[in-house]
Amino acid sequence: MSQNILVVIEAIDGDVKKSALEAISYGAHIAATWSSENCVLIIGQTDKISVLGRCGAQKVIQVSNTISVADSQAWTNCISEVASQHQASIIIMPQNSSSKSIAGRLSIKLNAGCMIGANSLPVIQGNSMTISRSAFAGKATAYLRSNAPVIITLAQGACPIKNDGGDAVVTQVNADSSPSIKVLEVNRITGKTPLPEADLVVSGGRGLKDPSNWGILEELANALDATTACSRPVADAHWRPHYEHVGQTGIAIKPSLYIAIGISGAIQHLAGVNNSKVIVVINKDPEAPFFKAADYGVCADLFDIVPKLTEEIKKIKSK
Amino acid sequence: MKILVCISVTPDTTSKISFKNNDSEYNGDGVQYILNPYDEWYALVRALEIKEQTGGTVTVIHVGPSTNEAMIRKALAIGADDAVRINLAPINALVTASLIGDYAKDKNYDLILTGKETIDYQTATVGPMIAEILGLPFISFVSRLELEGNLAKCNRDIEGGIELVSVHLPAVISASKGMAEQRIPNMKGIMTAKTKPLQIIEPGMTLDPRTETVQYTLPPAKKGVVMFTADQLDQLVKTLHAKEKLF
Repeated sequence: MSQNILVVIEAIDGDVKKSALEAISYGAHIAATWSSENCVLIIGQTDKISVLGRCGAQKVIQVSNTISVADSQAWTNCISEVASQHQASIIIMPQNSSSKSIAGRLSIKLNAGCMIGANSLPVIQGNSMTISRSAFAGKATAYLRSNAPVIITLAQGACPIKNDGGDAVVTQVNADSSPSIKVLEVNRITGKTPLPEADLVVSGGRGLKDPSNWGILEELANALDATTACSRPVADAHWRPHYEHVGQTGIAIKPSLYIAIGISGAIQHLAGVNNSKVIVVINKDPEAPFFKAADYGVCADLFDIVPKLTEEIKKIKSK
Repeated sequence: MKILVCISVTPDTTSKISFKNNDSEYNGDGVQYILNPYDEWYALVRALEIKEQTGGTVTVIHVGPSTNEAMIRKALAIGADDAVRINLAPINALVTASLIGDYAKDKNYDLILTGKETIDYQTATVGPMIAEILGLPFISFVSRLELEGNLAKCNRDIEGGIELVSVHLPAVISASKGMAEQRIPNMKGIMTAKTKPLQIIEPGMTLDPRTETVQYTLPPAKKGVVMFTADQLDQLVKTLHAKEKLF
């Protein structure tokens, strides 16, 4: 096989996310199987190019001008041009709000299959690629097969990050942006890992009774270096910002640890957290349905438990 | 304003998940189906609000079998003017989007709305695929949509924040929570829905879905919860630290 791989990532405020490094490593895995080339297209500026090489990028193509992700047409045109220049038949992107806006477009443009949210390395047989993904809100796994050309987006943790790659050859490319789209403003939290990428999550529900009680939850999150989340009623009541809402109409997350505090665990909420590796539930109601979906539980008053839990975590972390 | 809203049908959230045909297909027997919430609650209702403000028409389009017509009538009862059903059991996003794109290509819609994703397969790809077929801009995950003439101002949900984007219509926009408030159909709506036009179209082309679902599996059953008392928090933390190695 001499079909190359094109991994498409973005640098946000100069930073390259873990999910982007996983995507490069995923591409390197396929390239090694096919003895082909793992190319990386990076949109946005960063000085961390050497890291991309270590993860298995052989060629890095940097888009030198700024094009907004909201401009899905510009991205699609740029990616398909670079893909054709580099004879790439597999396009890999980490799964996020950017790739979800582009993967579908690319699939039409390149007449390629489209497999969203692969959660493990693919099974490769000749020209065909089989991936597994979560379906029905984490209640099932689907195995999809497609022949190249194919677009694959990756769920968090789909691939271990490689660290044994060499230097990548870097080239620059220019992209044309569409005149019809303007980004007026970007409001993004800083200093904290955004929820979809967070490995540790502490989440609160109506059991906290009042937004002024969020302090104990934030202290626990700080002790763990975790990101905070909330249930739907809490976001609907504007106790917490909308982007913290996990569940069916909010966002679906896949952390290693999800600590649910004062959340009863309605099925719509579980739909957003079913893919967590370990779930800890703190609730004073022994009948809370969340306990059935939990790995560990504490049935007690959260106002008593959460500060004590924070202390225990601080103790073990200071050792 | 001429608006097209793409509506999909999904199993109700509480449905039992099982499979048939050697576990290669979802088993919908006895399952309660609903309109996909993002399509119904947000995309459709915002389309109706825009029509109420500026005039125009709201058409809903659905790719699915005749058994889904009750769901289409619900969308008409909520307030859509007319409906189109493309008569094909949906295969995947690529096929659905290609059929909708083919239908819409000579109809000059100002605005095409979809839900941000369906709650069953969650690929979020039908909207961008339609946009590419029609050569239109696409703005995803829009939680607030305001029109100033033919300029659409969108709040787009991104990781840990919001991006404010403006786009000139025509465009394809996908709706997330917040774009509108759910509307329950009233009696008058339900009665008039029965006589509103519902056009049935046979797919005009055979399409290669390019991907196939080989198999579905169910996750292993949870082992059951291990409970700790308020006095055993040190043990809980030790378990999370030493056994699960989470921090």
